[in-house]
Amino acid sequence: MMNPVQPKPCTILDVHKESAHEWTFRVETDAKVSHGQFMQLSIPKIGECPISVSAQGDGWLEFTIRNVGKVTNVIFEKTAGDTLFLRGPYGKGWPVDQFQGKHVVVITGGTGLAPVRSMLNCFASQPDMVKSVHLISGFKNEEGIVFHKELEAWKEKFSTIYALDNDTKEGWRTGMVTAFVKEIPWDSFEGNYAVVVVGPPPMMKFTGLELLKNGVDAEKIWMSFERKMSCAVGKCGHCRIDETYVCLDGPVFPYTVARDLVD
Amino acid sequence: MGYTLNTAQANQVLAALRKDYTVYAPKRFRNQGRYSATDVIRYDEVERWEDIVWDVKSDYPAKEVLTPIQQAIFYFTEDEYRESKGPKKPILVLARPCDINAQHVQAKIYAGNGGYTDLYYERMRELVKFAMMECNGGDDTCFCVSMGTNKTDDYSLALKFSEDGVQVQVTDDAFAPYFEGQPEADYTPAFVEENELKVTLPDLEDKEVRKALKNHPMWKEYDARCISCGSCTVACSTCTCFTTRDIIYGDNPEVGERRRVTSSCQIAGFDQMAGQREFRSTAGDRMRYKVLHKFHDYKARFEDSHMCVGCGRCTHRCPELISISATLNKVSAAVDEIKAGQAKQ
Repeated sequence: MMNPVQPKPCTILDVHKESAHEWTFRVETDAKVSHGQFMQLSIPKIGECPISVSAQGDGWLEFTIRNVGKVTNVIFEKTAGDTLFLRGPYGKGWPVDQFQGKHVVVITGGTGLAPVRSMLNCFASQPDMVKSVHLISGFKNEEGIVFHKELEAWKEKFSTIYALDNDTKEGWRTGMVTAFVKEIPWDSFEGNYAVVVVGPPPMMKFTGLELLKNGVDAEKIWMSFERKMSCAVGKCGHCRIDETYVCLDGPVFPYTVARDLVD
Repeated sequence: MGYTLNTAQANQVLAALRKDYTVYAPKRFRNQGRYSATDVIRYDEVERWEDIVWDVKSDYPAKEVLTPIQQAIFYFTEDEYRESKGPKKPILVLARPCDINAQHVQAKIYAGNGGYTDLYYERMRELVKFAMMECNGGDDTCFCVSMGTNKTDDYSLALKFSEDGVQVQVTDDAFAPYFEGQPEADYTPAFVEENELKVTLPDLEDKEVRKALKNHPMWKEYDARCISCGSCTVACSTCTCFTTRDIIYGDNPEVGERRRVTSSCQIAGFDQMAGQREFRSTAGDRMRYKVLHKFHDYKARFEDSHMCVGCGRCTHRCPELISISATLNKVSAAVDEIKAGQAKQ
């Protein structure tokens, strides 16, 4: 019988420091992952945690991790050549098929950029997939900025608004992402659009409300959730909200489902 | 086939069964109760017929046999997670109808949810057969009839205990050989048809009603009363939630085991992610989460029964005397109030 929680040893290929507290680990694996799915990362003696896949390539996956917990603190002690245990992928990712041929608006807060990064890279390398990409990415401050190189590269490919919550930075705006929602040329999309929102829960809540205020159709908005998990296969109960399991039915939800979930 | 056995004969059958099965039943543990000089009754392997506690409901449910409070799921070294081995010998569990019905709930989550089957549950469930203990009516916390869990046909043996011995119905031919030569007598089990306690389930079908109920002030009462100890969910016949923990062995810190440990949505930190705040930070929030799971969310997901078999153990074990049936009555009152408010609008 297949054991869905069996971790497999994988080799870390590279560690890239995005910021002081957010590092990207490239790990050797042949796991096939849809954009927006997550994996369980394991360290023997310490435990497991769910991390979304932030990029993927031939024989590798990337995970962008903040060192805030028992497992992630130990992952930060690892270097290229060390072993990390993986299992997955789990959950439902972005409905990329439904985004094809549409104007895609992506709004992220902080490291919320990680779960959409692989999809954005896919749109950047295959511009015919979607009509256009509008990206609003907000960070708390300059130290919190991740994926510097890609943010620069995406400027050429997408219509971008980058912002810091309170600080100033050359070429960047100051303010919460919600403040820039009205700058998206919604009318020009003629209804042919999809909106992706990822970030901390309050950011997603207020962005959702702001989108509705701007006349955006609730049925065209998608959000990705983060919750505590032990198993990632619908058994442990930690991520359940109402009759929904974030690990199985999410992490990506249509806004029409997401807005009614009460933890 | 039916039999009537005295205690000596029952012991002969038990001895024969024990050659092929590990037999679990409620047992009394002296002086291990919550207060001094009180006992606790919980499931354990039985060797002697007299050790089986049949006249009162066990404090803890039969689920502890199938989903133990803690179990090793992997043994690890630096570069390998090796799956733990489950029991090899078939298991016979003596259980009341509520506990047997509870396993159908646990199976929905462990063996079906999301298309993933949990290996650790499944390998136990495949070994387990039930000997249904005819229920003598339970106690004043029981409401199985209200939950429709007073009956079951999922058993290989039915047993009616008395001071003199036991009446047996064998429904699974595999068990017939163990009773060969014992005195035959027809016996058909009876089920509890009425509890002292009757519960009217609140109507939570309407989404707007549920939304209003989640914000209802009734939950605030539990902020003051509930101490978030998790006794109710540990004693629950159906609750499945667990956490995984890695344990290292003292004499070699490089090896150890990954354990599955019973968890509870009632305990602080159950939903807390690293470096973030809890979603449900009050006892009232957690109570609301549990009650709605038991009496709406589970059924909405699995289109099955509710996630409560009315065994009353949560009420019985709560150190703050919170009663699930009284809570349900409060929910029903709140729902009536919400509906009346909606009708006025």
